[in-house]
Order: sequence, then C-alpha cells, then structure tokens
Amino acid sequence: MDVLPDVIVEARGLQKFFGEVEAVRGIDFSIQRGEVFGFLGPNGAGKTSTMRMISCMSPRSAGKLLVRGHDPAESGSEIRRGIGLVPQDDALDSEMSVLDNLHIYGRYFDIPRKEIRARAKVLLEFAQLTDRADSKVDNLSGGMRRRLTIARALISRPELVILDEPTTGLDPQARHLVWERLYQLRREGVTLIITTHYMDEAEQLCDRLVVMDRGLIVGAGTPRSLIEKTVAREVVEVRLDDGNYLSLVDRLGDHIDRAEILGDRLCCYGEDGDQILDLILALGIHPASSLVRRATLEDVFLFLTGRSLVD
Amino acid sequence: MTELEYAPGFFTPRVRQGRIRTRWLLALEYWFLQYRRAWRGSILSTFVFPTLYLASMGLGLGGLVNHHLGTHAAILGNGSYLTFVAPGILSASAMQIGINEASWPVMGAIRWQRSYHAQCATPIRITDVLYGHLAWITLKLFATCLVFVGISAAFRANSLPRALFEIPAATLTGLGFAVPMAALSAHIKNDAAFSTINRLLIVPLFLFSGTFFPLAQLPGSLQVLARFTPLYHGVTLCRALGSGQLMTLTNLGHVAYLATMVAAGVVFARKTYTRRLSR
Ligand SMILES: Nc1ncnc2c1ncn2[C@@H]1O[C@H](COP(=O)(O)OP(=O)(O)OP(=O)(O)O)[C@@H](O)[C@H]1O
Ligand SMILES: [Mg+2]
Repeated sequence: MDVLPDVIVEARGLQKFFGEVEAVRGIDFSIQRGEVFGFLGPNGAGKTSTMRMISCMSPRSAGKLLVRGHDPAESGSEIRRGIGLVPQDDALDSEMSVLDNLHIYGRYFDIPRKEIRARAKVLLEFAQLTDRADSKVDNLSGGMRRRLTIARALISRPELVILDEPTTGLDPQARHLVWERLYQLRREGVTLIITTHYMDEAEQLCDRLVVMDRGLIVGAGTPRSLIEKTVAREVVEVRLDDGNYLSLVDRLGDHIDRAEILGDRLCCYGEDGDQILDLILALGIHPASSLVRRATLEDVFLFLTGRSLVD
Repeated sequence: MTELEYAPGFFTPRVRQGRIRTRWLLALEYWFLQYRRAWRGSILSTFVFPTLYLASMGLGLGGLVNHHLGTHAAILGNGSYLTFVAPGILSASAMQIGINEASWPVMGAIRWQRSYHAQCATPIRITDVLYGHLAWITLKLFATCLVFVGISAAFRANSLPRALFEIPAATLTGLGFAVPMAALSAHIKNDAAFSTINRLLIVPLFLFSGTFFPLAQLPGSLQVLARFTPLYHGVTLCRALGSGQLMTLTNLGHVAYLATMVAAGVVFARKTYTRRLSR
C-alpha cells in the first residue's frame, strides 16, 4: 500500500468478525495527521471494534490497515508507542490512587520516573484532578474517571489519541471541559480519533467524520458537507393534531427535498425552512407547533441509519 | 472554564524512539506497585502461618510421633518428625500460594482492575503481560519460601546451608501449579471454578502427597496414584535436598516433572491470555 507520510491511519476493506457476528464489514477510510476524525454510529455499529483494531489491541479479520506507517499485525507494540488510548470502559485500576494510575501507565511506556512525575503534575491540572491525586479511583465520579483516563492517555506524548466515547455519561459542564481539552490537544498537533453518539459533539469537534451503521460506513465528509449532501440546509418540524402526516407530505410534493416522521413530529427538509412553513400555512394547515432550524448531524444520522422514512 | 497553565508544546507529540527495555519488567512493576497497598495481609500469611504450622505439626504432633516411633525411626529417615514435616509443609504452602496468586489476581486483572487491558494498550505485549505476572508470582514464592526456611531453621527443623536448596525447589513446585492455574484463570468465565479446584484438587493433594506422612503409610494403589501427583514430586524433592541428597537421578526426575508442568502451563497460558486479551 502506498501511504503518504501525512496519512496516519489508512484502512481498506477492513473487517472484524466475532465468530458469526460481523462487527465491521469492510470499511475504507484514511485519517490525516493533525485532524480530528470522528466515528459516529448507533449502538453496535462497530465503532469500538474499529478503535480496537486501530489501537492494535484486536487483530483484524480481513482487509488492510496501516497505523503510523506500520501494519498492526506485525508491529503492534511499536505502533502503540505513539498511541494514547481512551477505551470505552476506562480500564483504570480502581484500587489504586489517581497518581499511581498515571505513574504505572507512564512506566508501561518506559518513561523515566522523574519525567512521569513532572508530566503527571501538569496532566492532573489538565484533568482538574490535582486535589484528588491521592484518592482511590474507586472514589471518583464517572466524569473524573473519564478525565483521568484522558490524562493517562497523554502521559506518553502520543501523536495519535483514540477516544472511544470520551463524554458518554458526563454532565454538560464536564463534556464542555473535555471538548475544551481536546481543542487544546488539536492545537498542539495531536491527531484525534473520536467515537460518539452525540451529534453536537461530532459537529463541534470533528474536522471530518464517518457515519457507521451495522458494520459499514454509510456517510463520510466534513460535518457541513455531510449535512448538505445527505439531508438539506434547513428543517421544518411540525406537529399536527390529527397526525395526518402522509397527506401533508403528499401535498407538499416537490417543494421539499425529503420528509421524515420522528415520533410525533414531521421533519421537512429543504433549502429554505421559512418558505416551506409558509407553504404549509398557505395550504390551510395549522400545526399544533412548528419550528424552523438548520439541519444538523442528528438529521444526517437519523437519515443514514434509517428511521421511519417517508420520502 | 479555567484556562490551563502549561508550557507551550506540552502536548506536542514526541514519541519515544529507540529500543524499549525488556517489556515484561515493565509489566512486573505493576505488581510491585499494587503490592504496596496489600502487603500487610500478605506479611501475615508469609510469617505467621509457617510459624503456626511448624509449632502445631512439628512440635505438637511431632512430640507425640517421636515418642511412639521407637524402633521405627527409619520410616521418617531417622530424624525427628519436625525435620520430616518441614519440607512437606514448605512445598505444600508453595503449592497453595502458587494457586492463590494465579487465581483471583489473574481474574481480577482481566475483569475488575482490568490492569491487563491497560497494559495491552501500551507497548507491552500479551506475552509480556503474562511473563510479568509470572515473574511476580515467582518472586513472591521465592520470598515466602525463603522466610519459611528461615523460620524452620529457628525451629531447628532443618540444617543450613543445605536447606537453602529447598527454596528454589519449593519455588519451582509453586510455579508448577501457578502457571497452569494462570492459564485456567484466564480461560474460565466463572469464579466458582476456584473453590471447586480447591476442594477437589488442592486439599486432597495437600493431605495425601507425602506432606505429613511417608507415602508408604498409604494402601498400595493409592501409593501409586500419589506418586503421579505434582505435589509428591515437590515434597520429595525438597525433603531430599534438605537431607543432603543433591545431584541424584531421582531429583532430576522431580525437577523434570515440575519443569514440564511449568512449560506446559506457559504454552497453555499464552493461548488463553491471547484469546482473552486480543479479541
Ligand atoms: N468480544 C466480542 N465478542 C462477540 N461479539 C462482539 C464482541 N465485541 C463486539 N461484538 C459485537 O460486534 C458488534 C459491534 O460492536 P461494537 O462494540 O464495535 O459497537 P459500537 O459501535 O462500539 O457500539 P456502542 O455504541 O454500543 O459502544 C456488536 O454486535 C457486538 O455485539
Ligand atoms: Mg463502543
């Protein structure tokens, strides 16, 4: 495989099977050095399986994969030297103190103790855990644990940081803190791979992303291009008392790009949301409620992963 | 949100270059660090249990045995019961320590602390994870056996320096159990297996492998069976070394038996560890 030096991860036809289960069914992507690359997908889409293959913790079943210029099947240990992993389940030692967790992880990379001490001090600050340095991990909140896992991944000065759902289960404030920290990393040239269920997170953080569903990539691009390519610029959400959405969609015809029923709402996609709403009102329909907004990744996600499609 | 104070470039990637030192040593460091929080309980079993055993079996029971032995002293190799039983207790303890160290801690490192998984995300390879932990178990066995031989000496249950040879022998015995056990612990999903193994395997071995009485006391068929058990080989090896028989063919046979268990355990453990840690 011909890889440019500025491609840090390259996958072609990458597959992962667990016996009968086809967790990843042949995906292609390449990740540039220095970018924030997202994997978005519902539960069981194959995100974690993909992260584990990239971080050389799980062998691929088929396809090609190059990470940091090497093949994980041959040089896993060498590749992992440059990777900081934030696994979905933390894998912190709950019986050890915060500081000991950082310390031993640094030792796994054979970093001299003195250097670990110096870095740990800053990383604790970074994770806002300085005053918890001697607490047992058992006594930390979920958010603190997540931050510690991120700090731990940074102790070896990795060039590639892989974060599997870094903010799942965190409160909004804690999530924003993590985002802020990830921006800092990006500014200093760290390549980030992130998986998430949160659309706003992907939209905010990712330079490029892929949407995965049932082991396949069903959409790829920058957040904005994905939205415009897949759905449309704007959305009108209406709620009707009679719930007769199908007839409304029928009557709107070509004036909208697409429509989708989401729970008790109808989403109509098009270039100009206000215009669509005017049209609905002109048809003599008075929605119980209506909302015009910009289309988001959430709409892309719902469309690509298939929910109650009308059009 | 507080703006962070740190030197610019703190996060700029700088992947370490050059050869990594022996990686299993790095995995071993984890067990040292982890020991710091559990050493108290461990010290108790290292010092107190051998003392209690030697006092009760060697002195208490031994006093009775010696008194009634009379002209049959040859059964126990012409020494006191204490001298006879000390190497037995030594190797049986090594077996138990080996089994203990390779059961809960292995399962914990996979399931609860997940320290194996943490190691696998770093340059440490699965074989290093295994060897690091086995190295720790070896050290712990060695240290415990050393203490035991020291305490035995204080009881005049052995004669130094030749009893020092019992230390590596008992360590090997412990490893003969620990390594296959580690393989099994990485394989099983249910910790109920631990108490089954203890009840059906370890306790009978403990009682019937020549630990407390010579095998000759057993009925013929049981004697033959007992001779095939690993603990018998450990006990007999330690006893022979303690009585000054060093380079004998039988000893070589015992060592070969125990070493085979270690080697087979390593082969098996590499498989189960890989299956468990790299899926
Ligand atoms: N060790 C395993 N053994 C068997 N099947 C597995 C294993 N790990 C994952 N799978 C299966 O592979 C599929 C993909 O799982 P994966 O964990 O990669 O999804 P995910 O996108 O990370 O999901 P989530 O958002 O829930 O974390 C699922 O069907 C899962 O059941
Ligand atoms: Mg996952």
